[in-house]
Amino acid sequence: MPLRLLKYGLSRDYPASEDIPATPELKPSYDVVIIGGGGHGLSCAHHLAKYHGITSVAVLEKGYLAGGNTARNTTTIRSNYITPQGIAFYKEGVALFETLSQELDFNVMFSQRGQLTLAHSEATLRSFHSRAEMGKHLGTRTEVVDQKTVEDLVPSLNMDYGGALEILGGLWHADGGTARHDAVAWGYAAQASRRGVEIHQRTEVQGFEIVGDRVEAVKTNRGRIACGQVLIATGGMNYDVALMAGVELPIRCYPLQAMVTQPLKPWLNTLVSSVSLHTYLVQSSRGEVVIGGGSDPYQLYSTRSTLDMKEHLAEGAVHLFPFLQGVRLLRQWAGITDMTPDYSPIMGASPLDNLWLDCGWGTWGFKATPVAGKRMAETIASGRVPDILKPFALERFETFQLLNEMGATAASH
Amino acid sequence: MNGPRNIDEFQSFGPVRETLDPAVTADADWSRHLFRAENRKGVVVEWWRHVPSNYFFLAERDLVSNEIIRTFDASQRSGQS
Repeated sequence: MPLRLLKYGLSRDYPASEDIPATPELKPSYDVVIIGGGGHGLSCAHHLAKYHGITSVAVLEKGYLAGGNTARNTTTIRSNYITPQGIAFYKEGVALFETLSQELDFNVMFSQRGQLTLAHSEATLRSFHSRAEMGKHLGTRTEVVDQKTVEDLVPSLNMDYGGALEILGGLWHADGGTARHDAVAWGYAAQASRRGVEIHQRTEVQGFEIVGDRVEAVKTNRGRIACGQVLIATGGMNYDVALMAGVELPIRCYPLQAMVTQPLKPWLNTLVSSVSLHTYLVQSSRGEVVIGGGSDPYQLYSTRSTLDMKEHLAEGAVHLFPFLQGVRLLRQWAGITDMTPDYSPIMGASPLDNLWLDCGWGTWGFKATPVAGKRMAETIASGRVPDILKPFALERFETFQLLNEMGATAASH
Repeated sequence: MNGPRNIDEFQSFGPVRETLDPAVTADADWSRHLFRAENRKGVVVEWWRHVPSNYFFLAERDLVSNEIIRTFDASQRSGQS
């Protein structure tokens, strides 16, 4: 057995698989140019190639594949939002994650272990009832649970009975889960490139050639590309890239920080969030405890970390699970989040005919990687925005039809 | 002014926005006023509050380097209405 393995491993015939081909030469034109080689852009490329037969597609990535917010998020997948439009959209996103490993022939380690959001006040509990009823109405598994159920779900939790932060109940979302963020991006990239999509890393967009109401070409550091359709899906750089095309998005950029502890034995089976403590925790499949919270309190184009935010997150985590006090932090990082005024994304048309937007993903983008890619591909291929995306149009800010999801997370709101 | 203090004593109130006259402002301008705050890479003028003293003031800050270039009282805001 070892000899056979060695023989196989050293053989020249061994088909070393190359999931993502090296960056090719740029062609002078493509049917679709996708700006941003993160999860959303790659998902859109995959759906264009597999379901719409559009393979003349270039994905342009300024840095390396999936190195921005795709690599920096804390991988929460859920659909327990506030508005019916939001819930319907994220519900489709969760459903796509349930079969994503089969779709991509790549294990994305989807782990649907449920999310528990904690209420430390009657007011929070009342808002949970409203979210639960809306969630149930739209067919998601979202319910308000009492103290006993909270204890049963997470026995190690500090209930703080009689204390200032006593846990009065929770919002239990059995559909919630996590997936391996890198695997999601690599899986989409591998599938897309297998069907002819070109992925251009280290290719930075520097401007647009606009004639009338159309983008004629995209100017990059590697040359000019004429384009049929263009999609902007650049995470924290969405405001900047759209501005190059003369489109000023209602976005403000804030850093979002997170951190992980040293690996521990498995002890936390669910995702746990606290609205009052602005802290959430999840134990990764490697045993590390991922701790996140809200965005930084002021605008900044930077991925620096700050001690005060780390202290704040650690304080929340240790309050919920006091035995974590001796545990060491292993890594810390930040991403740049493109926050919209109503905490919902901007998807669909732009003021230019062939420029499409997949922007405003703030702190909530990872869970929508499959569904945003699928629906944006449908939009680009048909030239029509599907009903499920219509509420997320940029025009909603002109018509004052905002989609308020503020308060739908344990994050900054 | 308060002299150098720790950043956690301060609260950001976001970029300064011009006051609009409701009598003459069109809907599109209201939308712009409400939802599009300054977000370009570069220096912005922002409202900040020193929380312990409840003192509101203005600061010029670089959105990329996070450098605070200067802080000044709202009464010193010149050339703008």
